[in-house]
This record gives sequence, structure tokens and C-alpha cells, in this order.
Amino acid sequence: MLSISNLHASIGNKEILRGLDLEVNAGEIHAIMGPNGAGKSTLASVLAGREDYEVTDGSVRYDGKDLLDMAIEERAAEGIFLAFQYPVEIPGVSTTNFLKTALNEIRKYRGQEPLDAVQFLKLMKEKMKLVNIDQSLLSRSLNEGFSGGEKKRNEIFQMAMLEPKLAILDETDSGLDIDALRIVADGVNQLRSPDRATIVVTHYQRLLDYIVPDFVHVLYKGRIVKSGPKELALELEEKGYDWIKAEAN
Amino acid sequence: MTPYASYNDFKEQLLASFRDNEERMNGERKAPLHQIRRAALRQFDQLGFPTIRHEEWKYSNVSGLMKQAFELDGTTTLTPGDLAPLEIPNLDGTILYFVNGRYHPELSRIASPASQLQITSFASALKSEPDLIDRHFAQYANYQENSFTALNTALASDGVVVRVPDNTTVEQPIILRFITDSRTKNIASQPRNLIVVGRNSELMLAESYRTLGEGASFVNVVTEIVLDHDARMQYYKVQDETEKAYHIGTTQVNQKDNSHFYSATVTLNGSFVRNNLNIRLDGQYTEAFMYGLYMPNGRQHVDNHTLVDHAMPNSYSNELYKGILDDNSTGVFNGKIFVRPDAQKTNAYQSCKNVVLSPGATMNTKPQLEIYADDVKCSHGTTTGQLNDEALFYMRSRGIPKDEARTLLLYAFSQDVLSQIKIQPIREYLERVVTAKLGK
Repeated sequence: MLSISNLHASIGNKEILRGLDLEVNAGEIHAIMGPNGAGKSTLASVLAGREDYEVTDGSVRYDGKDLLDMAIEERAAEGIFLAFQYPVEIPGVSTTNFLKTALNEIRKYRGQEPLDAVQFLKLMKEKMKLVNIDQSLLSRSLNEGFSGGEKKRNEIFQMAMLEPKLAILDETDSGLDIDALRIVADGVNQLRSPDRATIVVTHYQRLLDYIVPDFVHVLYKGRIVKSGPKELALELEEKGYDWIKAEAN
Repeated sequence: MTPYASYNDFKEQLLASFRDNEERMNGERKAPLHQIRRAALRQFDQLGFPTIRHEEWKYSNVSGLMKQAFELDGTTTLTPGDLAPLEIPNLDGTILYFVNGRYHPELSRIASPASQLQITSFASALKSEPDLIDRHFAQYANYQENSFTALNTALASDGVVVRVPDNTTVEQPIILRFITDSRTKNIASQPRNLIVVGRNSELMLAESYRTLGEGASFVNVVTEIVLDHDARMQYYKVQDETEKAYHIGTTQVNQKDNSHFYSATVTLNGSFVRNNLNIRLDGQYTEAFMYGLYMPNGRQHVDNHTLVDHAMPNSYSNELYKGILDDNSTGVFNGKIFVRPDAQKTNAYQSCKNVVLSPGATMNTKPQLEIYADDVKCSHGTTTGQLNDEALFYMRSRGIPKDEARTLLLYAFSQDVLSQIKIQPIREYLERVVTAKLGK
């Protein structure tokens, strides 16, 4: 589904990704771990198309297409979803209105009829249960005045609504208490399917107790320096990153 | 028509028009009203048109006004067919048409019974209700310092006089539609309105300004509003004129004890627009809300000057103006809060927020607080910035195309003002026009 090869990306004049390779197949969950500043969030941002980053070398193929050629909204319409580390507050636009616009734009891109108000509401009710989110939150301005936990839950709710093929969770666990973490993880797990893939970017192993990955990759200095099964995460938790750094250097 | 050779020609034309009217008078020359008009004319003559050296006109250059000749009394006939493209759908209530400043009863309709609402054209009221005119005319709008108000006071011949008796809720809104027909000529008009809302009465009124045709237009309007004790009024001013429209308007409000005034001033299009909204809180426990939205593009210029004069204790004012500026447009916001020594326990708030969409667009903001009482709460703030890139990225990452995302963000920005408008067909009409303009 996703094939990243020798990816180099920089912001300003600073190179952050330095030859990153990654293969993700449908049905898989990949965890990207690594010390601060390794380039984890940069990878998520580059995949979503954030314009601050410049790709200087390498390629990203997604479903056989050149991902780097697609506009941000095109990537979304092709099924890529980024759950933000810091969801943006948008005054004056309710979550409901926002999602209805997004969903119907994506449907338009795919040549599908837009959902009418009734169909949309039905879908929304169904997905609300999934992440245990309250109706009153959805009629408020998007993320405005939401607590950290509410914002993250809202991200997962949006993901459930848009049903992406490839979901990228960027440090979704940061700032969450254990109950919120469980709700978010439940939401992600319920969306697991053989057609979908998930990339979980995280600093801590904690989230991976709930979202069990098929592969764990360690990112260091802009490259994946070690990959392994889910047990690798436990090893990292126990031993920290120093031995990885030593190995890589 | 030939353009004016110099700055003074238009002024001379206006002064001459006053003298012509005066010569045709029959016994009215000694009336108090005419004495006021003469005084106003003298003021206009002395002050002349303001230049940018005048502090109140520093960012608003009216010299473009002198670059073409205007007809001052451009009578015209419009059919309902002419008006069809200007119609506001689903609009109910009292709708009064003024074409080139003249009231046209044949195009208008009055929806409320005379027991609720007394409506007279300003031209008729001058003759039929001299007492009312003498009591209120030019008693609020300052013609000593503002030359456009002086000009209007001297020359105004038509407009509307609205009176709501005490203890009356006027259920149907009033919509004043000022249409300039510049299809064959450049037209100047000086409408004058007087709105008197009685004790414990309630009124909704909107002024709408449109232009037909390709000629230049100059509307210099003055509306005086008097709210008696416990009166409540919703007042909206909406301009959607052409690229050759000059609009200068003053709305002067005087509020007695416990009265409430809610206003929204929406400027959609015009070459040069200056809105003065002056409110004197001349009673205790009064409330005034002022909302404004302006969205110039091209080379349009929009200037909002507001003044809240807290003259008595225990009153509240709150102001929110928002601007979206594109292309090479310019905007001005000058908000003055004046708290007199007697006005203890005043609460006055002011905010002006702007989004500048293009490097060629400019916004000038100037809050002015003059506070002479010691027990008051006042705040003001202005922001001018660009559209939030993070928000745009967030929306696009959910599949919303860039242009749609931009429109959605700006529409949300405008909603703080538009949602205040309680005449539903006008709000819906504005929401459509704003969306269309944002989508361009």
C-alpha cells in the first residue's frame, strides 16, 4: 500500500529525514518509535503533505501512485488520514459542518453522490458510539475550548467518519490519561480491517499495549535504524534508546 | 458630462442649488427649520470637503468624488421589472423605496397598521408635521464639525420619518431601500431619515443601498434615531453598491434611560464608503451593541467611524467590527469611546478583527478611548492578520480543497456579525452574497 524509499526531507535548510525506507501493506499496523528529534512527526507531516517540508530526494508510492505529486486534499480523498498531535482550533465551524463538508468533498472526488442530512446524521450517530463522543461537542466550534482528551477523541471520531485506507496517528497518546487512551485505542482497533493500514507514531510504548502493532520501527537521525516485532517496543521501554543510538552510530 | 475642472466646482454647484431652492420659497424662509439649514450651509461652505489633513479623514481621501459631475435632482421612474434584480427574496414587512433620494410610494408597501407605526416621507413631514421636525431635526447629528452632515442638513429634501408610539411592538420590520439609478447620469442624493421610537416600544429597521446602472453615484445620507425610555431597536445598514459608488453616511442615535440599541453595519461593495455611527447614551442603564462587517476587494475603500458617548451612569456598550480585505483594497476602523465625568459604572468594550488576504490590501485601525470618570470598565483590541495556515492545512488534510477551506474559514469569520441580524430574509440574503463574494 505504502512504499517509502530513500526519503529525504528538510525544513528550512535543516535536513530531518535522511534516507528513510518503509513498506506498509494493507491490514498491517506499524509503530514508529524513536527519541525526540528523530524525525517521527516530520514523517507524518510529509505523508500528509504539509507544505513547510521540502522533499529533496527519494520517493513515496501509495497504492501504486506517486504520493508526493498529490495535493493535501487529494491525499485525503485517496484515503490518507493524519490524526494531529496538536489538532487545530477552528472558530465558527462546527465539527458536524466540517465533517459533512469533508466527507462530501471526498465523495465528490470519488465520483459518489453526496450524503444528504439524514444519511449523514445516521452515519454520525453510528460512529459517535465508537469513540464515545458527545453530540454537544460536535455542534461546538471545531476543537475550540476542547480539553486535550476531547481533541484527540475528536480526531479519532473524524477518522471513523472518513474511513481512511491509511491512517497515521501522530503522537495521539500524548497528553492522554489512561481512560482516554483506552477509548482512543478502542476506536482505532475497531477500524482494523484487512483493507486498511495504520502507522502509529509514538514516543512511549504505553499506547502499544492497546494498539498492538505488527511491526515496530525505530527512527533515529532521520532513518529507520531497527525494525522488529511488537516485542521490540517492550525492549525499548526497558532499555531506552541509548543502545540503538550506539548501534546506529 | 465633463469632469469638474477644480475641487471647488462641485461645492459651488451644491451651494448654488441651495440658493435656487431658497429663491423658490414662499414664506418658509423665516421658519426655524430654514434657519438651521442656512446655518448648516454656512458650515458646509466654511468647512468644505475634508482633505486628508483633517484628522478624521486621514486615511480616507474623498477627492475622487470631485472627479465627475453629478446631477443633484435626478428624478427617474423605475418599474417593478427594473427592481427585480435587486430584490431580497422572502422579504416581508414594510418596504419603502427611495429612488435617487426620492420616496416612491407606488413601489412601496406599508405592512403595519397606523396605530403601530406612523410613516411619512421626509418631504411631506416638512409640511405636515413642522412640530415634530422642529423638535428633532438636526438636534442630534452634528453639522458643526462634519461637513457632509452639514451638506445633508442644508440640502436634504426627502427620506423617511418613522414614529412608533409608546408601548408598541412593531411586529413587521421596516426595510428602507435606497436605489440610485445611474443608468443614464451620475447621480447624487442626500436622503434624510428620522426615526423616533416611543417609550417601551420596539422596532426593527434596515437600510439597504443599491445602485442600478454604470454611472457614478454619490449618496450622502443622515439618519437620526431617537430612542425614548425603555425603547428597543434593531438597526441594520447594508450596502451593496457599484465600483463607482461613493457612499457617506451618518447614523446618529440618542438613547434615553433603559433603552437598547442593536446594530449591524455590513459593507459589501462600493468604491468609497464611509460609515459614521454615533451613539449618545443619554440615559442610565442603556445598552448599545454595534456589529460591523466589511469586505472590500479591488480598489474599494471602506471606512467605519464609530463613536459611543457615555453621558450617564450605569450603561453598557459593546462593539465588534470585522473586516476581510482583498486585492488592493483599503479599510479604516476608528472607534471612539467617550466616557463623560458623570458616566460612572460604565462598561464599554470594543474589538476590531481583520483578515488581510492580499499583500496589496491595507487596514488602518485606531481605537480611541477618552475616559473622564474613574469607576468604569473599558477594553479595546484590534487584530489584523492573514488566514491561519495551520487551519487551512488541517481542513485540507481532511479532504476539503484549498478554496473551499478558505471560503469556509472566512464565512465562519463573518458569522459573528451576520448571526446578529434578526430579520431572517436579510440575514439569509447576506449569507448568500457573502459566500458568493468569498468564493470569487
